[in-house]
Amino acid sequence: MIAYILRRIAYAIPILIGVNVVTFLLFFTVNTPDDVARMHLGLKRVTPEAIAKWKAERGYDKPLFFNTKLSGGGQLTDTIFYEKSVRMFALDFGAADDGRDIAREIGARMWPSLAVAVPVFAVGLLAYIAFALVVAFFRATYIDFWGVVMCVAMMSISAMFYIIGGQYLVSKLWHLTPISGFAGGADAFKFVVLPAAIGIVGSFGASTRLYRTFFLEEINKDYVRTARAKGLSEVTVLFKHVLKNALIPILTGAVVAIPFLFMGSLITESFFGIPGLGSYTIDAINSQDFGVVRSMVFIGAVLYIVGLVLTDISYTLVDPRIRFE
Amino acid sequence: MLADTRRAALIAVAFAAGCGGAPWNDPYPASDAGANILYSSFSERPKHLDPVQSYSSNEITFTAQIYEPPLQYHYLKRPYELVPLTAAAVPEPWYYDGRGRRLPAGAAQRDIAYTVYEVRIRRGIRYQPHPAFARDAGGHPLYHGLTRAAVADKYKLADFRETGTRELNARDFEHQIKRLAHPRLHSPIFGLMADYIVGLKEYAEALKRASEELTARSGKDAWLDLSRYPLAGVEVVDDHTYRIRIKGQYPQFLYWLAMPFFAPVPPEVDRFFGQPGMAEKNLTLDWYPVGTGPYMLAENDPNRVMVLERNPNYHGETYPAEGEPGDAAKGLLKDAGKPLPFIDKAVFSLEKEGIPYWNKFLQGYYDRSGITSDTFDQAVQLSSRGDAVVTEAMEKQGIRLSTSVAVSTFYMGFNMLDPIVGGGPDERSRERARKLRQAISIAVDYEEYISIFQNGRGIPAQGPIAPGIFGYRGGKEGVNPVVYDWDGRAPARKSIEAAKQLLAEAGYPNGADAKTGAPLVLNFDVTARSVDAKSMLDWTRKQFEKLNVQLVIRDTDYNRFQDKIRKGNAQIFEWGWHADYPDPENFLFLLHGPQGKVKNQGENAGNYENPEYDRLFERMKNMPNSPERQAIIDRMIAILRHDAPWLWGFHPKDYALSHAWLGNLKANKIAYNTVKYQRVDTALREQKRREWNPAVLWPFGLLAALLAAFTAPAVLAYLRRERSAGRA
Repeated sequence: MIAYILRRIAYAIPILIGVNVVTFLLFFTVNTPDDVARMHLGLKRVTPEAIAKWKAERGYDKPLFFNTKLSGGGQLTDTIFYEKSVRMFALDFGAADDGRDIAREIGARMWPSLAVAVPVFAVGLLAYIAFALVVAFFRATYIDFWGVVMCVAMMSISAMFYIIGGQYLVSKLWHLTPISGFAGGADAFKFVVLPAAIGIVGSFGASTRLYRTFFLEEINKDYVRTARAKGLSEVTVLFKHVLKNALIPILTGAVVAIPFLFMGSLITESFFGIPGLGSYTIDAINSQDFGVVRSMVFIGAVLYIVGLVLTDISYTLVDPRIRFE
Repeated sequence: MLADTRRAALIAVAFAAGCGGAPWNDPYPASDAGANILYSSFSERPKHLDPVQSYSSNEITFTAQIYEPPLQYHYLKRPYELVPLTAAAVPEPWYYDGRGRRLPAGAAQRDIAYTVYEVRIRRGIRYQPHPAFARDAGGHPLYHGLTRAAVADKYKLADFRETGTRELNARDFEHQIKRLAHPRLHSPIFGLMADYIVGLKEYAEALKRASEELTARSGKDAWLDLSRYPLAGVEVVDDHTYRIRIKGQYPQFLYWLAMPFFAPVPPEVDRFFGQPGMAEKNLTLDWYPVGTGPYMLAENDPNRVMVLERNPNYHGETYPAEGEPGDAAKGLLKDAGKPLPFIDKAVFSLEKEGIPYWNKFLQGYYDRSGITSDTFDQAVQLSSRGDAVVTEAMEKQGIRLSTSVAVSTFYMGFNMLDPIVGGGPDERSRERARKLRQAISIAVDYEEYISIFQNGRGIPAQGPIAPGIFGYRGGKEGVNPVVYDWDGRAPARKSIEAAKQLLAEAGYPNGADAKTGAPLVLNFDVTARSVDAKSMLDWTRKQFEKLNVQLVIRDTDYNRFQDKIRKGNAQIFEWGWHADYPDPENFLFLLHGPQGKVKNQGENAGNYENPEYDRLFERMKNMPNSPERQAIIDRMIAILRHDAPWLWGFHPKDYALSHAWLGNLKANKIAYNTVKYQRVDTALREQKRREWNPAVLWPFGLLAALLAAFTAPAVLAYLRRERSAGRA
């Protein structure tokens, strides 16, 4: 397994370099260093001298990829791309354009994101599996029919509707939770409960329907018929045999999502005033802060790779037949 | 079913107990219930809190409560009037000629080579508690000369346990003026001030050289001690007096003395934050402001909340005893002479989205709110007399409406370098372009625009100067005769036929070129905007269609838009301006030739140039307000209306709502240090919050019933299936 993991890490390096190059190209195609400087210096009384000074201080006065004024290695290293990207591979994210330390900011903002994302993931996964098992158990009955109808209806509603509708009903009409905001420690509960519930409900339709399909596929297999022929109860058949075998495709989607719990949700955090990494990313895009954008994209790419490796490892845990060779 | 309901009730009771009896949806800590706190919000995190760098309205909301420049605006009087803050009096200008001889107060502008402002500051003003002032038993600074290792475990200001204070002195003001030229800081007004403060430009160059030498010698973290470099234009006379020397005459300089750019910054605070290892941990003056004002920044978490708390060392100030007529009747003078501030703490929560913000205001969790187009109909209605009043629902909640005209202008500009709308090099083509601009000025109906898109919240502009500013004229004499006729009571927009006539005279009869017959196509450069803006663009297109002129919308992102303006590639564009200070110069300079965007990267985005206007501007800008100045402004406005380089657009009207428990509220569009005047009736707020936010528990019962309704048949079906003899 270790050899496999090392091989995956080796594969990850060119992927991360590629992600970096693409991020850099996309960002500086849309925003020139002058645009970035102007954005940070404000809208009024911005002089060309102030722009030049701002760029020089932050290394944005250098060429993007290739420095023709130098010779040798300096042609590649004395560039914006090299200076802004290479240190990131040592997880040194540097400072945002407003001078604040990105790593520290990520460390602080990760927890509010997790406070919402972990309950959504854990409770959601249990709820989706439980409901999918129920409708699979009652397949071809009215419970299955109306369950699927409900899932399709819930899938058809946009996430924004759940957020605004949830805030309207739960916070505005029923006064049960604060509409938005966040606090640390135990006080976080009252702020997290509504976004978490909305997160669970928002994904309920699509996830349940998918998991139902996995279960139905397993239910029709020969080993399930054999189990029933042995006289096992339907509950035992479902939980001991079907669930275990259907876990592989479920894990494919679920484990790969675990690392992304850190990244937060862009819309939910914005509407609920959760100071997480989702809103950090959105703010950085709006303020054209390349330092933060590249860091978040880089972390996203790393987490995606980690998620895939974790998924592969989890396969071996739920299905002993799978080997890494 | 009964058991489910009971369980739900138990959960609810437990939840309520956990919330300490406060409304369940209260977003604030239970410990703050009943406290003398102002609750407000911010939508964008402040970038700078250093008074030399901060220039945005979302930043000055905080800095204005903390920093105290020499002057401030009177809270109640209108027109806006400067009064002393840390200064003992508003300084009078001393004029000098080129040979250094003092001139009398009414000296001619051409004779004045320099103006000196002597600022005497009040005694006994002390800074907020801060570790930079902390001293040991021997009187030596406790936290100066720290090594990188010593600050390794410091992540916030509170990690420095000891604090101290000291009296404000004139050197702190001198230090801050020097900081305008600091090579490692970005002051947005440095370029402007370098044109006025004697020696500031040279000082910046000297500091730059010194900084480079220092960096080469001791590294980039080395402390640049400004006290070693004198600035010719600032002189410290004694501990409580300093003088600023200005080139020529610049009466508007006094307005700058009312902004945080000229607030005192103690050198030892700069030195404290300049120590190695501080900046990497965000321990900077840009993050932790230090002032003498009524409040200090107690919590700086721009991701969530910013908290201002009463400064225990505040020198004290009293609520004004005078205002404008009507203030007493509104109860705005009830607190006259009482010590400020009234509020102990101000909590600003980050609120990015409008819907949660509005709903929290209605629930009583914000003390005041603006009104967006989405919430306008819910909040405001027109009375039988045509006045804007709050709706019945708002009135029931005791919510009050206050309106004020902003010192801002939103206009549609023509790029005067464009051959079609600006004209070519010859007089004939310029005349054609002028008539085209005048025709468009008539056709674009800003009354309709304000009615449709601003819910009536605006005044059609007759020129660049906003109401409330010297030089603005209302009524018949203030009407733009190119666009309006006076109907005896109000200005009436000229008919579209008059516009078509002008268009024909411009060489485009019925919207087509008289020579070639080609339709006139104009380009409107706008920034990429939301879907909601589509209707505005459609409306604009229709205004041009009244003249059979085709308008092409060139929609782009803000960066490209700015690039077009900078390079002079735009043809027609929209722009706005909010005044820095209440003087006509701050509006009229937007059309001053030397401020041309393409030529000099100035603020004249349309690149308008008129030699007579420029001459008059030079004369007017340094004059004190007088009938002579008004006459010059009238002439300048007449030139502008004739040339029509802008469609004058509108001056927005701000509508603000506040709850009944918030007192002493008067809209002030220039000053921002207003928290100290406001008052909160906390008992009324608590009572209303509880009244408006009772927890509704029946949804728990409904949820339990739904679960039971779903699970019961499923359980029954399961049991039936398990007990059956065989399976289908």
